[in-house]
Amino acid sequence: MKKILVFIAVVLTTSIVLAQSIEVCKSCPISTLKEGIAQAKDFDTIIVKKGTYKEHNVIVNKPLTIIGKNYPVVDGESKGEIITIISDNVTVDGLFIINVGNSYTSDYAAIRVKNSKNFLIQNLVLEKLFFGIYIEKSRDGKVFHNKIIGDAVEEYNSGNGIQLWYSKNIQIEHNFIQHVRDGIYLEFSDFCTIKNNISSLNVRYGLHFMFSNDDVYQDNEFSDNGAGVAVMFSKRIKMYNNIFKENWGTASYGLLLKEINDAEIEGNTFSDNTIGINVEGTNRINYKHNNFQNNGWAVKVKGACYANIFTENNFLYNSFDIAYNSKVNDNQFDRNYWSGYTGYDLDKNGTGDVPYRPVKLFSYIVNRTPETIILLRSMFIDIIDFSEKVSPVFTPDNLLDNNPQMKKITW
Amino acid sequence: MLKILKYSFYDLMRSRWSYVYFAFYFLLGIVLLFLNNDLSKAVITLMNVIIVLVPLIGTIFGVMYYYNNKEFTELLLAQPLKRSSIFLGQYLGVAISLSMSLILGLGIPFVFYGLFESSAIWDFSLLIITGTFLTLIFTALAFNIALSNENKIKGFGYAILLWLFLAIIYDGLFLMTLIMFEDYPLDKLSLIGTMLNPIDLSRTLILLKLDISALLGYTGAVFKQFFGTSFGLIVSFIMLSVWVLLPVSRIIFKSKKKDF
Amino acid sequence: MVIIENLHKKFGKNQVLSGVDLTINEGGIFAVLGPNGSGKTTLIKSVLGMVIPNKGNITVLGENIKKNSEYRHKIDYLPQIANFPSNLKVKELIKMIKDLRKPTTEDKRLIELFKIESFLDKKLGQLSGGTKQKVNLVLTFMFDSPLIILDEPTTGLDPISLIRLKDLIKAEKAKGKTILITSHIMSFVEEVSDEIVFILEGKIYFKGSIQELKTKTQQPDFEHAIASILSDNHA
Repeated sequence: MKKILVFIAVVLTTSIVLAQSIEVCKSCPISTLKEGIAQAKDFDTIIVKKGTYKEHNVIVNKPLTIIGKNYPVVDGESKGEIITIISDNVTVDGLFIINVGNSYTSDYAAIRVKNSKNFLIQNLVLEKLFFGIYIEKSRDGKVFHNKIIGDAVEEYNSGNGIQLWYSKNIQIEHNFIQHVRDGIYLEFSDFCTIKNNISSLNVRYGLHFMFSNDDVYQDNEFSDNGAGVAVMFSKRIKMYNNIFKENWGTASYGLLLKEINDAEIEGNTFSDNTIGINVEGTNRINYKHNNFQNNGWAVKVKGACYANIFTENNFLYNSFDIAYNSKVNDNQFDRNYWSGYTGYDLDKNGTGDVPYRPVKLFSYIVNRTPETIILLRSMFIDIIDFSEKVSPVFTPDNLLDNNPQMKKITW
Repeated sequence: MLKILKYSFYDLMRSRWSYVYFAFYFLLGIVLLFLNNDLSKAVITLMNVIIVLVPLIGTIFGVMYYYNNKEFTELLLAQPLKRSSIFLGQYLGVAISLSMSLILGLGIPFVFYGLFESSAIWDFSLLIITGTFLTLIFTALAFNIALSNENKIKGFGYAILLWLFLAIIYDGLFLMTLIMFEDYPLDKLSLIGTMLNPIDLSRTLILLKLDISALLGYTGAVFKQFFGTSFGLIVSFIMLSVWVLLPVSRIIFKSKKKDF
Repeated sequence: MVIIENLHKKFGKNQVLSGVDLTINEGGIFAVLGPNGSGKTTLIKSVLGMVIPNKGNITVLGENIKKNSEYRHKIDYLPQIANFPSNLKVKELIKMIKDLRKPTTEDKRLIELFKIESFLDKKLGQLSGGTKQKVNLVLTFMFDSPLIILDEPTTGLDPISLIRLKDLIKAEKAKGKTILITSHIMSFVEEVSDEIVFILEGKIYFKGSIQELKTKTQQPDFEHAIASILSDNHA
């Protein structure tokens, strides 16, 4: 055991000795980040000591490791972009970056990665920003454990926390993002993994996909955003074990799906959202093992949606389980648990003997005249819902769960 | 008045019906909590029970008590007592004993279930407060009906009609009005419509707790102010109090004018 | 004692009292008589403040009774139909009425007089009509008030109790009290009353002693005298 420890210590010290390291501090010979980068050779390490460095337009043009000790402050004084990485193999770690310039013409970021590979951005704290971490036309990078706190109020003059544009194979993990426009935004970015992030209180979306395919996001938490997650015009997105909660408001959803195909939605929890999932023009999506609890609408289906399958989900105490705006249904509901189910199970096989109709007439009425929502849970409404259940006139009559479960599903 | 209240209350506490009422709630509480073991579901079921049954029982019991005690009331009237004290005393006796049955009947199972450690305590308290308000309101309405109708059958008929109207028919008319005028901004109208019916008012109070996510989906500014802030809660409670005070003051007014 | 001036009362379209003037002096037993629906009970209830007149004034022991309940301390009233809360025990009812009015010990004597000791622990709902009437009598006579109003006091009583009731009424009269009675039992009225008031179609038709009535109607006995008034007026 002792031998191993000694070995590790030796390896560590020699590696530091081999790669030259450059110190930057206010009283050092090298007192700015820019100067440090200029002096460094490829694969050097720049150690930035505690202090405030008023710099912007810092260009990292060679493979370097930049490490902040005790969170030195890099203050851009709102003059524009702060750090731009244009080389492969760059690591930026432990900086406190503030005051990114605001602009209506260029997307200034606290830190931008441009046409690079194998980068690592971690342990940064970003405040007073426009865009936070902007990754364009890059691949094989990691964005770990950053804290991004913006002060966005309106959509039109704010930027995104982490933005990916034409990038591939990026891992975004353990970040904490608040008060920006979109917490994480992906456009034309494929094969990315977004994991264990917390994105909340953002003006628009917690996470936003546009024209991005084959991405995975899992174990994230999205709460109190304008809307939790928006997935639009994308294919084969996998969504596992995320939490979508408390997204309240008129056009607010836990998850918005628009024109997407072949996605997997599994193990997620949607709780206390005005709309759990808003679905528009989606095909072949599998919903499995999700919890929908205390939402206004668990799932709201608009427009043409084909061959979506809901199996073994729990629908718990939502004001409305499923809402449709048409009479046509090509989606399948099977073996879900519905807390509103009042049927019986005489053969005791755990499956209710009477099918469950998740679409209520009242959801159709509310869709037409929104003010009628005030009559929710009225006895009169229960009566008309019941009569619609007996003989459907306004709601799709083949929309049934033929095997409603008697007990909450666990997995 | 306190003496009359005391005697009416004792009288009712010994009546079979108070026990039936108490036992009903007690069993309901036990079944919901211990057989189902799901607090959220229990609260939703209770809400349905409270906004439908409490008014019904309040009206029927109020009317029944009044007619059954008519001769005794006449005995009291010949005593040196103020009319308002006699009727208010009897009214409060009925209303309080019904409320007690409700509070204890539901409260005991919930306390045993571990209500005080659970987050549902606010939902539950709101249900109980609303239930008590509904009892006070509908017993008062029942006394009004009974005071205005000498004929027992007619009185019962009106009582049932009143309940039917406020619990079901009103909402039907309300819904039709909203759909008919759907091209106009309706949020004020719908809130006013709610205020004018104590059952709807109580339902809204409970919706504020259970369905706030859905309510916030609607765009109207008045709606938003009402449901998004504590404004709605405060206004609803004020209106419920008005709904108690109006029929109670009519009891006083009517009883002063009435011949026995 | 009681002064009634120009009393009018209408129930819906039905004019029950139309200008009753009546003065009842202190001391003695007054019977209020009249056919069914003539307004006897309405008159009594007006005095008690249970019926609110459309017009007219009533003064009891010098107090105008309008919007007043204090004067009823001086009245004992026996209602026509005794129906009490069925869950109460007799004992509790007596205690309660005492609690509502004032403490008295007179009840013990009356309970003995009407022999209802064994019913004290029974609930009122389990009592027979006659027993209820006895309880009713106890409740009325236990307060020593100067004015006593009895509405059909003989209902349901057995002969022995009836005799005791008559004795009781006479004893109260001897104390100088004013007693107002309505009854259908003519023999009872003839036996106890000093003066009768006959009401017909909402008006005082006759006021005076039985002797005066007999003279007026030229009939040998009281029952026939009453009958003749009725047949004269309906003929």
